[in-house]
Amino acid sequence: MEDRDFGFSMSEEQSSMKDTVAKLVKSMVIGNPAHDMDEERKLSKDVIDKVWELGATISTVPEEFGGYGMEYSPIMNTILLEELAAGDMALAIAATLPSTFIFTILQMGSDEQKKKYLPLYCDAVYKPCTVAVNEPQFGFDAALPKTKAEKKGGKYIINGKKCFVPMAKDAGHLLIAAEVDGKADLFIVEGNNPGLKIGEREKNLGMYALESYPVVLENCEVPATDRVGGDSGCDYSKFLQKTRVALSAIGTGLSRASYEYAREYAKERVQFGEPIACRQSIAFMIAEMAYEVDAMRLMTWKAASALEAGRDAKKEAYLAKLFAGEMTMKLTDYGVQILGGHGYIRENPVERYYRNGRGIAILEGMATV
Amino acid sequence: MINLEMTQKMVDVRSGMNNMATSMLRPISRHYDEHEHEYPKELDMFRSMKIMARPKKKKEGEEAKPEKPGSKKLGSNLSMVIVIEEMCWGDLGLLLSFPNAGLGNAAIVAVATDEQMARFGDKWASMAITEPGSGSDSGSITARATLEGDSWVLNGEKIFVTCAERAEAAVIWATVDRSAGKAGIKSFVVERGTPGFKLEKLEHKLGVRASDTGTYVLDDCRIPKDNILGSAEIKQSTEGFKGVMKTFDNTRPLVASMALGVTRAALDFTREKIEESGIKLDYEKNPNNLSAIEKEFYTMEAHLDAMRLLTWRAAWMMDNGDFNNLEASMSKAKAGRYGTLICQKCCELLGPLGYSCEYLAEKWMRDVKITDIFEGTGQIQHLIVARNVLGYSSKQLK
Repeated sequence: MEDRDFGFSMSEEQSSMKDTVAKLVKSMVIGNPAHDMDEERKLSKDVIDKVWELGATISTVPEEFGGYGMEYSPIMNTILLEELAAGDMALAIAATLPSTFIFTILQMGSDEQKKKYLPLYCDAVYKPCTVAVNEPQFGFDAALPKTKAEKKGGKYIINGKKCFVPMAKDAGHLLIAAEVDGKADLFIVEGNNPGLKIGEREKNLGMYALESYPVVLENCEVPATDRVGGDSGCDYSKFLQKTRVALSAIGTGLSRASYEYAREYAKERVQFGEPIACRQSIAFMIAEMAYEVDAMRLMTWKAASALEAGRDAKKEAYLAKLFAGEMTMKLTDYGVQILGGHGYIRENPVERYYRNGRGIAILEGMATV
Repeated sequence: MINLEMTQKMVDVRSGMNNMATSMLRPISRHYDEHEHEYPKELDMFRSMKIMARPKKKKEGEEAKPEKPGSKKLGSNLSMVIVIEEMCWGDLGLLLSFPNAGLGNAAIVAVATDEQMARFGDKWASMAITEPGSGSDSGSITARATLEGDSWVLNGEKIFVTCAERAEAAVIWATVDRSAGKAGIKSFVVERGTPGFKLEKLEHKLGVRASDTGTYVLDDCRIPKDNILGSAEIKQSTEGFKGVMKTFDNTRPLVASMALGVTRAALDFTREKIEESGIKLDYEKNPNNLSAIEKEFYTMEAHLDAMRLLTWRAAWMMDNGDFNNLEASMSKAKAGRYGTLICQKCCELLGPLGYSCEYLAEKWMRDVKITDIFEGTGQIQHLIVARNVLGYSSKQLK
């Protein structure tokens, strides 16, 4: 790897991507559809399609599999996720959901898997495929799923319970995280596999608009060829690293939304004859939000830089997500607090940011870079 | 292009300085903590090192050339924050005692005329701003300078002057016209030994005891007319004062990097003890399944990374000639506060080892505290950040 210059500024390509997504997000936020989608518990198909049309997911897939063959860049992906999440976290996850499936197969799958699965989803039209990592139990650890896969003949038999599986009902395929012979690994499972029981749509603390489901695997049989990467499995640690960096990017965007909304509110809200932002108690919270959002973004970029250099980013990704998890909760809390009673009312978005914010520390594997 | 992977050059600078800190600063760290006011003679060998040198002769009106972002060169400010972090990993008090590298030297290098440079360039110079009644509000200083014939006559008291005893000259801030407010504040070079210029006392401090901090008293102290730095003219605007404040945009990331060094020293020691106890830090387990000590450690390490990235960004912007008032204050606000909290927490986690003077952890907890105070307290940094992001003046947000 060549020794690239160290630097903090976006390239032209990076800032034009940021601007494009920001513009798209802004056009979607007018009239507050993020609020409406949350209330209606439904993401607008139109919005998802518009994000998909940007082509960010499939652009780096080689042409032979249906993509455009452009250079893959984890940093570029963090920029995309931050901008989307600054609009709506549920949208950021839903609109980029196929990336987790596609990038994983592309980078870790066998040749056969790439040929078979990539063209199905690398299409001009958004087709849902999803990832099932989280499990509904106390002490859940993404690095050591309780879901188990056992090899029997030419098949793997998978048993276990998953939760927070976005769009599981409509997904053509699911990537399932399961333990096999003491190692965490990923399996490709067809949506209509009879061993897959998709439950009732979940009700969760945050992301009301994102359809997510519990999934039970009961003696779910998959061909041995559908273990990602083939017989010896895949680099699951790398998979986790990339999803952790993605969650950090989403946390950055979400926190930024809370910060910007609270900042503007504080300049307009007049009490005791002047804007509340003129008081240090509020102004200092806003200052803290400003630099912690930046810190979150820089931690995300640092981990993404390591990935982009082809280096193991275990430590950087872990610390970035730990930091983003803690800070997103703190800053979305600040957002509600600065608005006071108005922050508690669902007409203002900060209560939604607050509910969504808890997810950054908890959720795993729902997005990737 | 965004890339936060350290270049080979950065890695080399860091490891070179770390060797120096390990072999030269750490071994004498405790001694000068215990012998406050004793001059660290080991640092004499750095006397000839031109740490605060003027890079190139500047032509009238010519701005320093920003280094090209596209060049492979390591910018001088980024390089400086890496160096300072390593030196402070060694010892912050000793760093502050490096000969000929006082804040006064920075001021002289920045604004002195060639003739002044020839007279004062080789002298170790302290910087005297703070007064008993004037701390963060440096616009309210009362030390005064009166022009009498070919001399300035200075009167007043200056406290908390770093290197007060060791410096051979002092850059004294004084007002030439109190009614002009901030616009009337000028700085003057006063050499030690000048009649009427007295080192009144040396302080006994919480930390950074290797560094001598003292009080100057100026009693009808007469200095040559051309010892004034910059113009004597009182402009109607406060541009001059703002210019002085702007130099803080350059020094704040340096203070932030001091916090980085001390904090990393504390964390490195804590990691060593955690690992000696058999706990493996592998950055893998879900944070919910960690022991309290592991969780605390990872969280502190994450904050240290955040501190460093904010600091490096501010320094990198300076190297590119970008205005970094906001980012400089962000770096110091974060690094000063979290550095202090982390060093406190390390002592807590270390238990008896963190309370005993047999180890340096207790010293780091005392030393790091200064980084949230000098060159603008954490509260002042928050004010600056808040005014920037809110678009408020100092009148709108007091």
